[in-house]
Amino acid sequence: MFRNQYDTDVTTWSPAGRLFQVEYAMEAVKQGSAAIGLRSKTHVVLACVNKANSELSSHQKKIFKVDDHIGVAIAGLTADGRVLSRYMRSECINYSFTYESPLPVGRLVVQLADKAQVCTQRSWKRPFGVGLLVGGLDESGAHLYYNCPSGNYFEYQAFAIGSRSQAAKTYLERKFESFMGSSRDDLIKDALFAIKETLQGEKLKSSICTVAVLGVGEPFHILDQETVQQVINAHEIVEEEASAEQEAAAAADQDAPSADEAAPADQGIAPMDI
Amino acid sequence: MASDMGASYGSTLRYKSVERMKPIGKHSLLGASGEISDLQEILRYLDELILYDNMWDDGNSLGPKEVHSYLTRVMYNRRNKFNPLWNSLVLGGVKNGEKYLGTVSMIGVHFEDNHVATGFGNHLARPILRDEWKEDLSYEDGVKLLEKCMRVLLYRDRSAVNKIQIAKITEEGVSISKPYSLRTFWEFTAFRNPTVGAEGSW
Repeated sequence: MFRNQYDTDVTTWSPAGRLFQVEYAMEAVKQGSAAIGLRSKTHVVLACVNKANSELSSHQKKIFKVDDHIGVAIAGLTADGRVLSRYMRSECINYSFTYESPLPVGRLVVQLADKAQVCTQRSWKRPFGVGLLVGGLDESGAHLYYNCPSGNYFEYQAFAIGSRSQAAKTYLERKFESFMGSSRDDLIKDALFAIKETLQGEKLKSSICTVAVLGVGEPFHILDQETVQQVINAHEIVEEEASAEQEAAAAADQDAPSADEAAPADQGIAPMDI
Repeated sequence: MASDMGASYGSTLRYKSVERMKPIGKHSLLGASGEISDLQEILRYLDELILYDNMWDDGNSLGPKEVHSYLTRVMYNRRNKFNPLWNSLVLGGVKNGEKYLGTVSMIGVHFEDNHVATGFGNHLARPILRDEWKEDLSYEDGVKLLEKCMRVLLYRDRSAVNKIQIAKITEEGVSISKPYSLRTFWEFTAFRNPTVGAEGSW
């Protein structure tokens, strides 16, 4: 995208019918570190890559509990994300107080989208620079939504946002058909694999990612590092063995299977940069 | 749920065909006693509530628990402003197979129970219900039990009228019966000459 004379105000249309400021806001989402979400009939799993400014600082918080039955993962301007999370928590708690019942996630998402739309139609505001993956429960089961800075929202079986999210999306596109019937643990495993795709060779450790789960009978909570590391260990090995087998079979050589560090790096699939 | 169809104006029995039970949305039924104009105001609030709920046009709907909570908030807030809605409300319903019965008073006191009543019903009907209510009452037996309570109220509550309705709420929806009267018996000897044997008067 290049600068042009229609991109200064959010209230200026381009001749082609585009609002450039809104599109620039969506670029901000693509620059943030990756967040992914997937759901089955009864559970939603949110996961994200944690970037720290330096080794000395703490990681940015990108996954927020909104209520026992709703959680959100963000990518983009985390400050905007924090403010929107506060709004969502406020809406949930007010609904709970009046109706003694959890706010259906589908309605929260519409309210959020309407809030974002306002900022695309006021000359004294700017669009929110954050994409939100909202996972939550409804009367009809578990749902995953993606809220855009544009004010659009979509429901997904699985989705990824942020930098190098295309790699995760490719992985999810291959597997999503089975998600509806997946068990909770399989969903977590698939989430970690998707996160791994966005890391582009970097080793997957529980210290650089966060995983959160919610489901029917299971309130939203962030999994602790140990649990995540255990899942990584349990499945990493299998994945490396499988990839080592594939390499040996494909190459048809008698290379010594030095599985550990080398194998994931030369998998033969180059993740696409968005 | 059972109620009679009387509405008084002070001590005058002014209106004798007032429906004091109304269906709310798909899952609930409201029964009210007290000031009828306030009941009409509450029905307007609930109408708007259900309208906005339907306008979401998603798979979700407000069930009896939510309506009961909402009414509690309304009644309590009015009480805090020293301008109460002068009603006692009974809210019952069925949603996704789950049965619900609750009550809210004009000062915002609210609770759920297996049997509730308003006004004199608290003093005359609930003792009967406490003895004779069972978890697995059939619909017909439930109606008989309610008729028994209403009959006692008819005999003993000055403001009662002999024209009642019974409302039935199930998963399928709400149906309110046509009005009918209870059979009463006034030929007890004590009623023929009530003052015989009385000692003095007030």
